[in-house]
Amino acid sequence: MKPFKALLVATLVGASAIAAAVPLKTDAAKSSVSAVFKQMNVPVEAPFRSFSAAIDYDAAKPAASKANVEINTASFDIGDPMYNKEVAKKEWFNSAQFPKASFVSTSIVPSGAGKLNVSGKLTLKGKTADVTFPLAVKAEGGKQVFEGQLPIKRLAFNIGEGEWKDTSMVADEVVIKFRVTAAP
Amino acid sequence: MRRYTLPAIVLHWLIAIAIIGTFTLGLVMTDIQGISMAKIRYTNWHKWAGVTVLGLAALRLLWRLFNHPPQYADAMPAWQRGAAHGLHVLLYVLMFAVPLSGYFFSLAAGFPVVYFGEIPLPVLIGPDPELRAVLRGVHYWLNMLLAGLVALHVLAAFKHLLVDRDGVMQRMLPIPTPKEKR
Repeated sequence: MKPFKALLVATLVGASAIAAAVPLKTDAAKSSVSAVFKQMNVPVEAPFRSFSAAIDYDAAKPAASKANVEINTASFDIGDPMYNKEVAKKEWFNSAQFPKASFVSTSIVPSGAGKLNVSGKLTLKGKTADVTFPLAVKAEGGKQVFEGQLPIKRLAFNIGEGEWKDTSMVADEVVIKFRVTAAP
Repeated sequence: MRRYTLPAIVLHWLIAIAIIGTFTLGLVMTDIQGISMAKIRYTNWHKWAGVTVLGLAALRLLWRLFNHPPQYADAMPAWQRGAAHGLHVLLYVLMFAVPLSGYFFSLAAGFPVVYFGEIPLPVLIGPDPELRAVLRGVHYWLNMLLAGLVALHVLAAFKHLLVDRDGVMQRMLPIPTPKEKR
């Protein structure tokens, strides 16, 4: 987004809701989203190389915070182009039909110092589910760092079809880990 | 002719079987394109087997350090003793280098090794795409070297058995030949 356009959007958003928190600018280089899955009991953490996160946050008004994350599912990188191509296929992410996974917050509630309880809608492979997870917030060099983990069941989103439904090979539980660094 | 000690013989043949099995599994699993149940299964088995070879090799080296191998046949020329010794040293080095290169290749690829799916082994290095590419080549070529040296080792053993008939191979056979029994 061009600075002017961003400013315009920010102004409009700010004007429309006086109680809204401040939209932060995400520092992509210091942000990451990854998934930890287990194959034959071996934990493997692999990053999503492409995603965007928009967070509105004001430490003074945490309850007014909003978060919106979009992930390009085809950017899941398990370290080998051949494997990455497989994971984008229909049985797994089906990135051709569902290129993006998203998370949109519905409520963010403070739950202690530097802690927020986030609820929202997670959409993966065309299925949407309500999720709740704890989020840690801390200031780091003038920036806000949001860090958290969200365990999901991959089969609830139909990730791993056919023979891959067998959870003895690839476990049902997958943990989505994220760290978003953003500044006002 | 004096034979190798029983532990040395047992370890030699266990490691021989484990290396042949692990090597074959490595060829089979890398031949499978894409991701399949079989590929994941074989790859994990391959890693468990490789770690087993490493453990057995460590035991064997310890045993070898405290137990001198039996003498060669008196008729063996010095150059053959030297060649045999050199080959054995290389095989010992590769018994460690091959599994270790595979272990670090797996770690560099971001896949820790969980022995038999139960015991998580130390994650000594994190994922590293550049190192992964290097170790992949290193692991492959060390294996090819090992295959070549094993072939040489087997050929030499059969030369002793069939051409020289000097009892050198019998020192390591699992069962003593009848005339050796007292």
